[in-house]
Amino acid sequence: MSTAVESKQLTVTDFKGKVDPDWCPGCGDFGVLSSLQKVLVEMNIQPHHVVTISGIGCSSNLPGFINTYGMHTLHGRALAVATGVKMANHKLHVVVTGGDGDGFGIGGNHFIHTMRRNVDLLYVAMDNQIYGLTTGQTSPTSRKGMKTKSMPYGNLEEPLNPIALALAAGATFIARGFSAEPKHLGNLIKQGLEHKGFAFIDVFSPCVTYNHDNTYAWFRDRVRKLEDDPSYDSSDWHAAMKRALLWGDEIPIGKFFQRMDLPSLDEAEPVLNDGPLAHRDLRIPPQVVRNFIAELI
Amino acid sequence: MDRTFAVAIGGAAGQGVATPGDIFAKIFARRGLHISAYNAYQSIIRGGHTFLTIRTGIEEVTCFGDRIDLLIPLNQDSINRHLGLMQSGSAIVYNGDAIKPGAHPPGAQLCPLPVNQLSKGSRSKVEQNTLALAASLQMMGVDFEPLAEILTEQFMRKGSKVVTENLDIARLGYDYASANFRPFPDPLPMSDTRYAVLSGNIALAMGGAAAGVKFYCAYPMSPSTGVLHWMAAHAREAGIMVRQVEDEIGVINMAIGAAHAGARAMCATSGGGFALMTEGLGMSAMMETPVVVIDVQRAGPSTGVPTKTEQGDLWQMLGAGFGDFPKIIAAPTDILDCFTLVPEMHNLADRFQCPGIILSDLLLSEGRSSVDPKQLSFETVIDRGEMIVSADATSTNGYKRYKITESGISPRAIPGVPGHTHTAATDEHDEDGVLISDEFTNPVKRRAMMEKRQRKVAGIEGAVPVPVLIGEPGTAVTLIGWGSTQGVIREAVQILEEEGISANQLQIRWLVPLHGEAILNILKSSKHTIIVENNYSGQFARYLRSETSYVPDGYIRKYDGEPFMPHHIVEAVREQLASKIQKPRLSVPMHEIMV
Repeated sequence: MSTAVESKQLTVTDFKGKVDPDWCPGCGDFGVLSSLQKVLVEMNIQPHHVVTISGIGCSSNLPGFINTYGMHTLHGRALAVATGVKMANHKLHVVVTGGDGDGFGIGGNHFIHTMRRNVDLLYVAMDNQIYGLTTGQTSPTSRKGMKTKSMPYGNLEEPLNPIALALAAGATFIARGFSAEPKHLGNLIKQGLEHKGFAFIDVFSPCVTYNHDNTYAWFRDRVRKLEDDPSYDSSDWHAAMKRALLWGDEIPIGKFFQRMDLPSLDEAEPVLNDGPLAHRDLRIPPQVVRNFIAELI
Repeated sequence: MDRTFAVAIGGAAGQGVATPGDIFAKIFARRGLHISAYNAYQSIIRGGHTFLTIRTGIEEVTCFGDRIDLLIPLNQDSINRHLGLMQSGSAIVYNGDAIKPGAHPPGAQLCPLPVNQLSKGSRSKVEQNTLALAASLQMMGVDFEPLAEILTEQFMRKGSKVVTENLDIARLGYDYASANFRPFPDPLPMSDTRYAVLSGNIALAMGGAAAGVKFYCAYPMSPSTGVLHWMAAHAREAGIMVRQVEDEIGVINMAIGAAHAGARAMCATSGGGFALMTEGLGMSAMMETPVVVIDVQRAGPSTGVPTKTEQGDLWQMLGAGFGDFPKIIAAPTDILDCFTLVPEMHNLADRFQCPGIILSDLLLSEGRSSVDPKQLSFETVIDRGEMIVSADATSTNGYKRYKITESGISPRAIPGVPGHTHTAATDEHDEDGVLISDEFTNPVKRRAMMEKRQRKVAGIEGAVPVPVLIGEPGTAVTLIGWGSTQGVIREAVQILEEEGISANQLQIRWLVPLHGEAILNILKSSKHTIIVENNYSGQFARYLRSETSYVPDGYIRKYDGEPFMPHHIVEAVREQLASKIQKPRLSVPMHEIMV
């Protein structure tokens, strides 16, 4: 598919969506969108070779703000839809975006199983520890004690740890970014896109309207880059789990874990050896049909 | 269908009811006989009571019938349950060492096999079954060779010694019957056709393969799991990706994802799984991405009776998904139709870019029937509708995915095509896919998009054939059914005609769109109409009334988990025709065989 358009040097404008983002001014999601667009330019991936898929929520509006093929699906279902897209055409780059409620709450089941299957896609969760689009309720990653409209006396429940969950579920690339660290985040997105298998990036993406606990300043004081520790080995699962459990005054960001020895689902599935399903001949060869019918006689 | 022969095998789950059943079915079908088989079973892996009926005949056998000619009870429980229902001229073949028959109707022949003596003390339950199978075939006038052929095929993998052992024991049973039991007066007939035997679930799966389905996914749920099993076993040869997914929500979303990227996609479930899928069904409609969902109905509500049949999901299908959107619903009328309907539904779903639902039930999906292999054609029409799968890199031309057209259909570009990037959204959107849900209320655009999608309904109505009356118009009674009851109603009509009550049949296959006008025209010439359905509240009767205001003269309903037998319908029709009670008259036949 080398054509005139493909050989043209891309710019960020090529990835500009039909409309501008309508996120609140200062929303962390802006940083994620622009990092993603920049990386796609840097990697020279054509817009029509990318499918950006989301569920529902503020961050899930992202596919409308980027020029790629997009799917803005149901609340929590983006990873299931994305698995179908990737299986039907494994030549496409599939990027899934969404929030913590969408991915870890209502979509939790698909999150676990998509990791277990090692579907080759990049999943960027914009984690603001709150439900924003529904005007501020407790999310699965809201801190214990946090007061919201849905838990006005404070959250009684322990928050979910997405990094530890991803490690336990068998994700093969696991990272955490911070939307106010665009260079660092861009680097993680690039590695995630290059990773053959399920790549998960949990991005701290502050909600400036509804979350007054986990603000830019709160994160800035706490985040420490794993890359700054030369002794850290991201191929060591146990070391990754240890770091994943850190929370409080020091919160690690960066690449926690990566393994490249496992085939992704499309690599493991022999049916895909003959190329993308979407472009296959729909007819079953007559000899195969004869065998199918012979079994019944 | 006058001359049919029905054999039934009863036993506990795990006792091996299925294998002799398969062997009977294959011997009959290879002999050129039609079959219809139904297995009444429980949701239990070991124990309980399983009762398989296989009915065969030289002409098409449309249901498992009313009468059992030969009973093979594999345990005491089975003979206790069924012996009293055997009629004069029938026979019961059983292990005389283990089973004690009670009082039995006059004229029924008891055929105890001295299993210990014949099998030389072997306690293998398989030997008991093989002896009974061989003895039964002898009494039906079937030669030993067809049985030898099948036993050889079946045990070949285990080596020639096992084959010989099984042939020997079969021969002993066969010879014992010829020396000791009275054969049936008419030997089973033969014809030159060799029929295939398949379940509705296999037919649905093969129909998918013939339709060009390239992505199939499911979560196991009785009685739909047979579709998954066939697909999984044949996926690699057929070039179909098959995935078992974490839940039915994931199933439909994954199928829609695959369909959106350009593969024909299908999934199957039962009522409970379908309930989880309904939000996804709306997504298919809103994104205008086709998907075909098979619902194999079982007795509900909730977990209900997982191994029993019912036509109780119609209203769930009609109401599935919130909001207004076009969808297509059809119920296959027999097992061959399970195969035929699937490509038709895919073509419609692709053409009109909307969800298509196939409403099967346990009776069809797990029942088995003979089909002429020539009718299982994989050369069926495949129409993918207006799809853009490739384009010149420069041909953007301001592509609008949801372009407003007269037909309501907008050409669908699949991801990967240059110059056609767009976002498909579950939010309401404009022609170019941009969300209008986030705009200040835009009633003009919302109305335009709603009308665009709904305009597809007229196209679907034009593409779906109108129902046709089976039989002559103007008969004393018209029996109206839908989906799986076609075969049993057809036999009831024949029996009524033989009794001197003229009857015809209207069987509905396409439920949405319904073609209400055409139905009313057909029913104009009917003197007395009765709607027959396998549910409590008359779901189809209520639907027909809501669409057409039509009220029939009577209803026959059954909701005990078992399917209708022809006499249930015949007796109810007789009663209703003779009754002086004002309409509507309702009959709820009692199912005699308790399993």
